[in-house]
Amino acid sequence: MTAGATGGWHVATVVGARPLTRSARELTLSVPGLEASSPGQHLDVRLTAPDGYQATRAYSLAATGQAERADLVVDRVPDGEVSPYLVDVARPGDLMEVRGPLGGYFVWRPGDPGPVLLVAGGSGVVPLLAMLRARRASSSRAPFRLVCSVRGPADAIGREEIDEPTPGVEVHWVFSRESPPGWPTRPRRVADDDLAAPGFTAADGPDVFVCGPTGFVEAAAALLTGLGHAPDRVRTERFGGA
Amino acid sequence: MSIVTRGFGGRRDDPGDDVPPGQFVTQDFPVLSTGPTPSVDEAHWQLAVHTETGAAHRWSWDELMSLPAEDVTTDIHCVTHWSKLGTTWRGVSLDTLFADVETSADFVMAHSYGGYTTNVPLQDLLDGQSWVAYEFEGEPLEPVHGGPARLLVPHLYFWKSAKWLRGLVMEDDDQPGFWESNGYHAYGDPWLEQRYS
Ligand SMILES: Cc1cc2nc3c(=O)[nH]c(=O)nc-3n(C[C@H](O)[C@H](O)[C@H](O)COP(=O)(O)OP(=O)(O)OC[C@H]3O[C@@H](n4cnc5c(N)ncnc54)[C@H](O)[C@@H]3O)c2cc1C
Repeated sequence: MTAGATGGWHVATVVGARPLTRSARELTLSVPGLEASSPGQHLDVRLTAPDGYQATRAYSLAATGQAERADLVVDRVPDGEVSPYLVDVARPGDLMEVRGPLGGYFVWRPGDPGPVLLVAGGSGVVPLLAMLRARRASSSRAPFRLVCSVRGPADAIGREEIDEPTPGVEVHWVFSRESPPGWPTRPRRVADDDLAAPGFTAADGPDVFVCGPTGFVEAAAALLTGLGHAPDRVRTERFGGA
Repeated sequence: MSIVTRGFGGRRDDPGDDVPPGQFVTQDFPVLSTGPTPSVDEAHWQLAVHTETGAAHRWSWDELMSLPAEDVTTDIHCVTHWSKLGTTWRGVSLDTLFADVETSADFVMAHSYGGYTTNVPLQDLLDGQSWVAYEFEGEPLEPVHGGPARLLVPHLYFWKSAKWLRGLVMEDDDQPGFWESNGYHAYGDPWLEQRYS
């Protein structure tokens, strides 16, 4: 990492913006000087108002491996300072600054052989999508299971891409408020049965990555340790909120 | 570098001079941890200080409660850019815990239940600068925020204030702890924006 005390900021230009759900948008940034990242890492994003006022927030990288480019997916937090700007206002040509890639712990490396259990709540799928994309793009045969909890089908970020059949990758959706028509289960929260699947139980010793709003991560991580997963195999990224 | 982000106004709850550079003020209490929240029962809780000679000083929960407590009002600053102003805590000063500890080592590694570690110079922990805190805003410290007891070193970025504190180990050299080995700054002064190494 090359970020010094106040340095390390790179100018980023928005080069693409694409709505993904009613509240989330993918933003693609071109960032000369930015190193390639590893799946799970994030950037600090800094916005500067005309009078010099600045606001900085962390955003995970949804795709990795390519230098000088950042793919973000931002979900609008109502009344938030930064996310409504990124979702509703930013457009190609706009400038901001980024620093990173940051975070050396919440990272999956395509060389890791083990089974991997990914548990996402809402926009917490973003760094896990980066892991899934890296798994699909590499020669890795690591068994993957991705459990995605979303409020309803209209909130599911990247569902088509995530659902693409890939040998060794299983995907399991949990709808917490509204199930799609014909879905076999009623809306509910993530429970033990969603997390314990053959090949991904505590006895199988998977590397577990849990990401989402803080309350979701607390609940899911508690279920996982309750199921016998060693706490040091359960890595968490808490996005904030209740 | 002077760029302007078109269309960005900001919320403008002007943080004023009380907030270190690059920080914004939040009313919430965000949670950042690398893994599950450990549940540590007070009956089995223990805190130990280990010195370089192998000597150990230990306190049970009841012993900690019987030590003189201090009420602390302080601002806290997280490396992820939020600051929370005027937070109130109750706990035992490290000056009290170190009163009978003999050491010539200059550095401390704080160890947590759950395996987290962070390094702090001893001189940053003494002279009324740090506490083992067990109450937040008048209530027992919740597990997600480090309960039953956490280190509180408010003049450094908050990752130094180890949650679920279990031990303080004296070290002759400044070894990196968990985040310090994962890209964070060894010292972490928020006023100098020592975020990343
Ligand atoms: C390592 C890391 C990676 C992150 N990656 C992403 C990402 O890929 N995509 C993404 O959309 N966000 C991500 N976040 C969250 C992001 O940093 C911001 O916190 C979020 O966008 C809200 O910022 P804001 O300025 O709009 O809201 P603020 O003005 O900061 O907050 C407004 C209100 O919303 C609440 N709030 C803050 N964050 C959340 C949240 N995540 N969920 C619910 N309520 C919240 C606050 O408590 C506050 O009351 C990440 C956070 C971290 C720490």
